Amino acid sequence: MGVGGGMKVSCVVNGKARAVDGVWEGESLLYMLRERFGLYGSKNACEQGECGSCSVYLDGTLVCACLVQAGQANGRSVVTVEGLDGGTVQQAFVEAGAVQCGFCTPGLVVAAHDLLERMPHPTDAQIREALAGNICRCTGYAKILDAVHRAAGSG
Amino acid sequence: MQFLQPATWSEALAMKAANPEATPIAGGTDVMVEINLDHRRPTSILDLTRIRELGEWGPVDGMLRIGAGVTYTRLIDELGDRLPGLAMASRTVGSPQIRNRGTVGGNLGTASPAGDALPPLLASDAWVELASKAGTRHVSVREFFTGPKRNAMRKDELIAAFLVQPAPGPQQFSKVGTRNAMVIAVCSFALSIDPGHRRVGTGIGSAGPTPLRAVAAENFIQGELDWEGRRPVSGATLNRFGKLVAEAAKPIDDVRGTAAYRRHALAVLARRCLSWAWGAA
Repeated sequence: MGVGGGMKVSCVVNGKARAVDGVWEGESLLYMLRERFGLYGSKNACEQGECGSCSVYLDGTLVCACLVQAGQANGRSVVTVEGLDGGTVQQAFVEAGAVQCGFCTPGLVVAAHDLLERMPHPTDAQIREALAGNICRCTGYAKILDAVHRAAGSG
Repeated sequence: MQFLQPATWSEALAMKAANPEATPIAGGTDVMVEINLDHRRPTSILDLTRIRELGEWGPVDGMLRIGAGVTYTRLIDELGDRLPGLAMASRTVGSPQIRNRGTVGGNLGTASPAGDALPPLLASDAWVELASKAGTRHVSVREFFTGPKRNAMRKDELIAAFLVQPAPGPQQFSKVGTRNAMVIAVCSFALSIDPGHRRVGTGIGSAGPTPLRAVAAENFIQGELDWEGRRPVSGATLNRFGKLVAEAAKPIDDVRGTAAYRRHALAVLARRCLSWAWGAA
């Protein structure tokens, strides 16, 4: 580390060791996931942590991948929407009709997954609080609330 | 661009001394936005997330010393009982994703007048611990902010920690924004009451070039409060307190609100915070 002109980053993504060379020093984890690892589930939208579409786990903590510098993920473990266990939350989104255009869905699925890990049976207020960083511009929030309750019920 | 990733604090200080222009990064909630949107292209980035000490906190001489890398989520979970004002402000920061990454050290380093953690630090008379290869010094947070996004740090220094007294009494924080999350404050207000020393601290956010204290309001209310009998504060006293807080602000008109609105809202926030806090004293 410390030399300009691209760096090497090694991390575990969805349980699999990945390594990549020539990473730009200002690059985000989101760019690395999408453009270098071909994991397009995490969406690139606002690039400023406002929309939550790029939500992933970094060492088990919910973060916006666009705000993690790629080198900060070196040696860390990343779980994206593609690597979430079970599929319970995804299924609940399908069954509740919580998907419209679908762009925000992966981020919401990861954020909802994180909420249910911490709080298996959240109230409406707790869901709203936990998902406040994920924006759905189709504004389908009512069905998203339904989906989280549904996932909690089946979990 | 250069990416520096020190594994230890002494290595970090040596790197900063050798690369005084290096931009420190912790949670990335400010720095990465600037890079992603191409507002700024640092020559080098100094990643502080590997340094264990920055994530630690503990008591030091009756104060709490909190590492600059402790996240808002951890402040809320681990220190919410001892620092209720700062915890209230932390809950208004961004979203869970942002609170999981953002740090008070970052708020101090960015030194934006809108930094949510800053008014509570002013109200509770906190200190910033700055470190360099040359040594450590402590700067009162009341002297730390020197202008919009400017602070008292030298280029070879990093923020190690901040020091704050565990709440000596009731504390409050209130913030105006367009929604309940992901909001840069239109204005904010923090209050800390120390009944033992009969002192009141204040902090104003997003209504001036820096976070500000309302010194005249503090002096006024310290003399007015019925510290012995704990009688409720009269409407006239609340209004006067609110007016003095509004007068201490130096707001401008911008995209988030007008100066006149900010002054008005600050008077309201100040009255509310005082009556909530005094009711709990």
